[in-house]
Order: sequence, then structure tokens, then C-alpha cells
Amino acid sequence: MKFSVTVTLKKDVLDPQGKVVQNTLVNMGMDNLKYIRQGKHFEIEVDENDTVKAQKKVDEMCKKLLVNLIIEDYRIDKI
Amino acid sequence: MKSSVIVFPGSNCDRDIAVALEKMQFKNKMVWHKETSLPKSDLIVIPGGFSYGDYLRSGAIAGKSLIIDEVIKAASSGCLILGICNGFQILTETGLLRGTLLRNKNLKFINKDINIKVLNKDTKFTNKYNNEQILKINIAHNEGNYFTDPKHLEELKKENLIAFKYCDETGNINENSNPNGSLENIAGIFNLKKNILAMMPHPERMVDKMISNKDGLNLFSSLLN
Repeated sequence: MKFSVTVTLKKDVLDPQGKVVQNTLVNMGMDNLKYIRQGKHFEIEVDENDTVKAQKKVDEMCKKLLVNLIIEDYRIDKI
Repeated sequence: MKSSVIVFPGSNCDRDIAVALEKMQFKNKMVWHKETSLPKSDLIVIPGGFSYGDYLRSGAIAGKSLIIDEVIKAASSGCLILGICNGFQILTETGLLRGTLLRNKNLKFINKDINIKVLNKDTKFTNKYNNEQILKINIAHNEGNYFTDPKHLEELKKENLIAFKYCDETGNINENSNPNGSLENIAGIFNLKKNILAMMPHPERMVDKMISNKDGLNLFSSLLN
């Protein structure tokens, strides 16, 4: 079973990389660009047939290592 | 006094700290991260460097290594722990210290000698300094921008847990003297029990006049005091 995990900085945490990317795109003429936040993406395959169990395992991976909960939010999607 | 320096793949200030410790007559041992027991130590140092190439987040992988369980046990039984630079990042990832180190505000790796001010001299790590004393110490990092939640920041102030703040040569603490965007110019913090000190500047690089200055020396002599 495969999942995708998206990790982004929390709203109130400064994202200087996202800001630089945003400014660059605006400078390139993308002037209707409103907002960019940069993040990380993980593709995870779990050897498990039960969706709930598998999702729980991925959630544990996020909490224990993949995500720094002080500054980051995450979203798990089944793919 | 016995010390142990934990070595990870990618540590690169481990030998510098060992030289500084031995210069100060510590009986030092290097401990590889795969070890599952620590030699008897009064002080454990988590050195600077780029453990695991800063993969995932700086300090994240090292923070889950085998020896870290032993470091956490030692810390809870009162052993002194010093984290420098990547060591600071690792200590926040282990949960021994709260907060985290974000990327420098200007997105650049900064390697230069800066000034820091001593804020609390009443600890095992800082008793040979004076409060308000200004030190010139080298920083070399990409993620030194300390961040924590407002409640913890309040606690840091109330309990005198801020060890050092970035300042200018005359001691002014403001945005201009903040090299990396760190919250309230914080350069180093203690845990609540004050047996853990973590700092981004490198005191081990400031122990010899031949190559720099001796402003870091008193941190080690404080420990021996």
C-alpha cells in the first residue's frame, strides 16, 4: 500500500526558501502569484493490506522522524 | 574530569573539541554513534559538523542513533551535556532541549567571528565568565535560527535559561547584531536543570591565541571548577 506524505512549515513559521521562490516567480512575470510555501514530499510503501493499520504506521513514521512537529505540518494521502 | 565526545558520520568538529578538552586536562574518549554504552563520563559533548549530511533535517537522523538513548539516560541522571552547533540541532531533535534551529534568515551559510554576551554565569558551564561579558566566538552554520513557542520563550527568560545572546562589539543586542534571525538573538540555551548547554557558536575554536583567541577557554575551565 502506497502513501504520499507532504510536509510543510506551519503558517506562523518563516519560510525563507518559499519566499525567495515566490519573489523569483513574480520577477519572471507571474504577477498573479499570491502565495507559495515550500515543503517536502515522501512516497512511502507499507507492506500491509489493512488501510487503517497502514495509515497508522505512516502516521507514526511522521511523528517519530519525518516531521518536526514544532515547526511543520503534514498530510498523508493514499496513492 | 572525564569526558566523552560522540562521533557521527559527518561530524567534523569532534577532533577540535577533543583537542580543547585534552588541553584542559579532561580525560577524553571518543564514542562512535553505534555504541550502546557510554564510558563513565562527567561531561558528554555532541560536537559540530554535518551528521548524516544534514539529511531530512539537520540533526534529525543523529537524534535517533543508538548511543542517543544512553545520552538521554545520562542527561536525566544529571550528567553534564554540551552540544555545539550540529550538537545543538541534535539535542533539540532528541527532545532533550525544546525549540528547533531553522535555516538562517538570509539563506546563507555563515562562517565568521561574531560577538555573544553571557547572560547567566551561575551554571556549571559559565561560572568563570561574568554576566554581560562579551565574547568573540566563531559561528559556522546554515541552520542557526533558533525558534520556539512563546510559552517556552517565557520559561527561558523566567528561569534564566538563555546562556548567550548575539550582540555587537559593544554589547548591543538588536536586529543588526543578529547574524541568523534567531529568536531574540538567542545563541545558546540551558535545559531547566541547567545540566545541558547547547550553543551555535564554537567555543572549542577559541582556546588558543595562535589561531584565534581564548574566549572559549573559560567554558571548559568553568566545567572543571
